[in-house]
Amino acid sequence: MSEPIPAPATGPAAGPAAAPALELLDVTAGYDRRAPVLDGISLTVAAGESVGLLGPSGCGKSTLARVAALLHRPWAGAVRLAGREVRGFRHRAPRELRTSVGVVFQQPRLAADPRLTLADIVAEPLRATGRRAEIPDRLPELAASVGLGGDLLARRPHEVSDGQLQRACLARALVLRPKLLICDEMTAMLDASTTAALVAAVEDHRRAHGTALLAVGHDRVLLRRWCDRVVDFPPA
Amino acid sequence: MTAQTSPPVRLSVRELSVRFWMRGGRTVAAVTDVSFDVAAGECLALVGESGCGKSVLTSALLGLLPGNAQVRGSALLDGLDLIAADEATLARTVRGRRVALIPQSPAAHLTPVRTVRSQLEETVRELTGARGHQARAAAERVAERAAFPADHLDHHPHELSGGLAQRAAIALALVGDAPLLIADEPTTGLDRDLVDRTVDELRRHVDDGHGLLVITHDLAAAERVADRIAVMYAGRVVELADADDFFGSPGPRHPYSRGLLDALPERAFTPIPGMPPELDALPDGCAFAPRCPRADAACAAVPALTGASGRAVACHHAYARTPETADV
Ligand code: SF4
Repeated sequence: MSEPIPAPATGPAAGPAAAPALELLDVTAGYDRRAPVLDGISLTVAAGESVGLLGPSGCGKSTLARVAALLHRPWAGAVRLAGREVRGFRHRAPRELRTSVGVVFQQPRLAADPRLTLADIVAEPLRATGRRAEIPDRLPELAASVGLGGDLLARRPHEVSDGQLQRACLARALVLRPKLLICDEMTAMLDASTTAALVAAVEDHRRAHGTALLAVGHDRVLLRRWCDRVVDFPPA
Repeated sequence: MTAQTSPPVRLSVRELSVRFWMRGGRTVAAVTDVSFDVAAGECLALVGESGCGKSVLTSALLGLLPGNAQVRGSALLDGLDLIAADEATLARTVRGRRVALIPQSPAAHLTPVRTVRSQLEETVRELTGARGHQARAAAERVAERAAFPADHLDHHPHELSGGLAQRAAIALALVGDAPLLIADEPTTGLDRDLVDRTVDELRRHVDDGHGLLVITHDLAAAERVADRIAVMYAGRVVELADADDFFGSPGPRHPYSRGLLDALPERAFTPIPGMPPELDALPDGCAFAPRCPRADAACAAVPALTGASGRAVACHHAYARTPETADV
């Protein structure tokens, strides 16, 4: 691989007039009203841009990732995806908004159903959105792009390593070709080579599809190397 | 390095192999012909990707392998062979007393419903026989040695930060004053400054004379703590090196070790192509060949680990040492 980390994506979605992939405006959120985890936070990720959000564990950056992924409802403030204001979160989020964001978490064992094969895990979003017919077309290509070859797709989570399972979780997050990918400590449990391989897979996908990226993590060296810009949590 | 007399060897592992017999006649070659030493006052870091056999090796040294495992070779700890010892000996005289484990996930290792003090005191009673306020005093001393704050002794594990839980686990490991400590991925999932602090604390116990074997995939942590590095690939040690040589100049000699370092974001950030082989379907010859930029016909034969005991490499086309040390 001569060029492991490509230049910032300038794919189809990243034209000059495109609305930002993500805007958080004055967002307040948390789990206990007396002690909000996010207190009036704003953050913008331009279309096609990659932003690293850096902070120690427990600082609230994962809550921010969950708000941006529409998995956690903020108490106040606005969340906009590609210029559209989000009104419903979790199961109330409209499908076309939900499917416009892909997310990968730190712990693949918690994020993947242990009863499914890796192929079913990757294809889950296609099934859930009634696009089952696209599976034969999309699955092999996508699996190859994250390095899942051979018989790995036929295995279940307990038969593969953390790194292999995380590759499947990344493929699942990309299978609907989201406009925004959120990686919350995606590589925190992984060795150096698997980390570099997953980042390269993300960047290949972004280059081909113009996907914007919010990478949340605690490793400054990694985020600096990976992203167009790095923001310390809480973002100013 | 200077040719000073090395400290007495504490742990001496020789040609250790572990096979698992699986259903359907499959065999998993988890560890193959592994040899290394850990001296008193020395830290050896065993590095490699997940699934390379590192944690099986730890279990073998602690006698914690499941029933379908077959072990060959020896692991002498101050004269006692950990591999040949029976379970009663291991339980009564080895685990906690001669070898102590610092576990991967301290929070999961601590009993959630009991305070740190009560867990420390119980371990003190179990390992030293001390009772009453003697046990109490010993628990407080060991907490202090692990830099665990006295005013947190009456807390439960869930009330501790990640760093304090890690120190509580280290304190538990120090109770029996075991000469050899094994730390299994002690920094996984920790923030960089917590990694540095944990690793510096481990280093303090090495400087106090403990032997320390650190199993890790975190190269930065290994660089910070270790005197020597053992790189494992597909169940074998493929390189043994001084940490300074390995991370500095002349750098690693095995193509896999090079690939690992080149994958770091502060270096080339280039992954090693492909994935490690399955341990139940190892290729013939060098197991790294399918991913190796230097592979050729010679690599159809498994390369032996050759070199002086502290510095060795298993590769037919290893990168050269600096001229004055090129003596293999
Ligand atoms: S023996 Fe051959 S294939 Fe194996 S690491 Fe060395 S050069 Fe590469």
